[in-house]
Amino acid sequence: MDNAQRAFYTLLAIGTLGLLGWGASSAGASGVAFGFFAALTIGGSLVCVWERSVVRSAFSLMATFSGVAGLFLLLGADFLAVAQILIYVGGILALILFGVMLSPPDPTERKLSRVLTGIVLMMGAVAWVGAKVSSTVTWATSGELPEPTTKVDEIGIAFLDPDGYVVAFELAAMILTAALVAAVYIARRKASDLNDPRAEGGA
Amino acid sequence: MGLGAFIAVSAILFGIGIVCIITRRNMIYVLMGIEMILNAANINFVAFNRFNGDAMDGRMFAIFVIILAAAEAAVALGIVLNVYHLFESIKPSDVDLMRD
Repeated sequence: MDNAQRAFYTLLAIGTLGLLGWGASSAGASGVAFGFFAALTIGGSLVCVWERSVVRSAFSLMATFSGVAGLFLLLGADFLAVAQILIYVGGILALILFGVMLSPPDPTERKLSRVLTGIVLMMGAVAWVGAKVSSTVTWATSGELPEPTTKVDEIGIAFLDPDGYVVAFELAAMILTAALVAAVYIARRKASDLNDPRAEGGA
Repeated sequence: MGLGAFIAVSAILFGIGIVCIITRRNMIYVLMGIEMILNAANINFVAFNRFNGDAMDGRMFAIFVIILAAAEAAVALGIVLNVYHLFESIKPSDVDLMRD
């Protein structure tokens, strides 16, 4: 662990504690939960950009996805939170880890200066846009928050409701079928490749 | 927690996703960055849905985004497999031919 690495993780821990403290001071217990999930989300993505090894990046992405699922829970969208864990953590992350196996270890790929400059510039841009937006825009939020309700059955009904999302639902089904068949078609080894002398010699 | 806190988290996650796409020289990182950006968009959908009367629309949008993200990840991985087979590298800058 070199100095940059140590400094990065120290800063990350301080930021996490700061988020937790800010949440606790502003909204009590639910604030602590928000701080925890926000720290998980942002910290996981920062580690993903920072780390040299692709495997570590892929696993830190798991923290990001779980943190987003926790934020969904705080927003009262429990079905989405479970779907997020099932699809992202269980499915997409496994796909990405499968892709990691293609990636030869390349310790020179991450340029410290490039990543640092990128993060600093992008955070500056986000802060600037955030300052602009928060000073000029008033969101049309409804005054008092309704209690979050469990609406899994309503989601199912809305999917098949002719006045709801039935067209989008059927289109999504077609897109998923087409995309998965296409992915298998693209990724398969062609018969001509198997007679490739390079493949015979190499693998 | 107000709407602003969730939007702030989403904006930061979006920014880090962009950084992940443009600073790393590896297609797997580009995929990870795209997933972060889609997640940031989803947080926004659900947060605005919650703070605007808790109707269903934002959540339904988020579900469709997740469905399309799954399809996108499968196709992208197929493309990465093929690119690795053709170019024996998954650096985005090495992929400079449409066909050989």
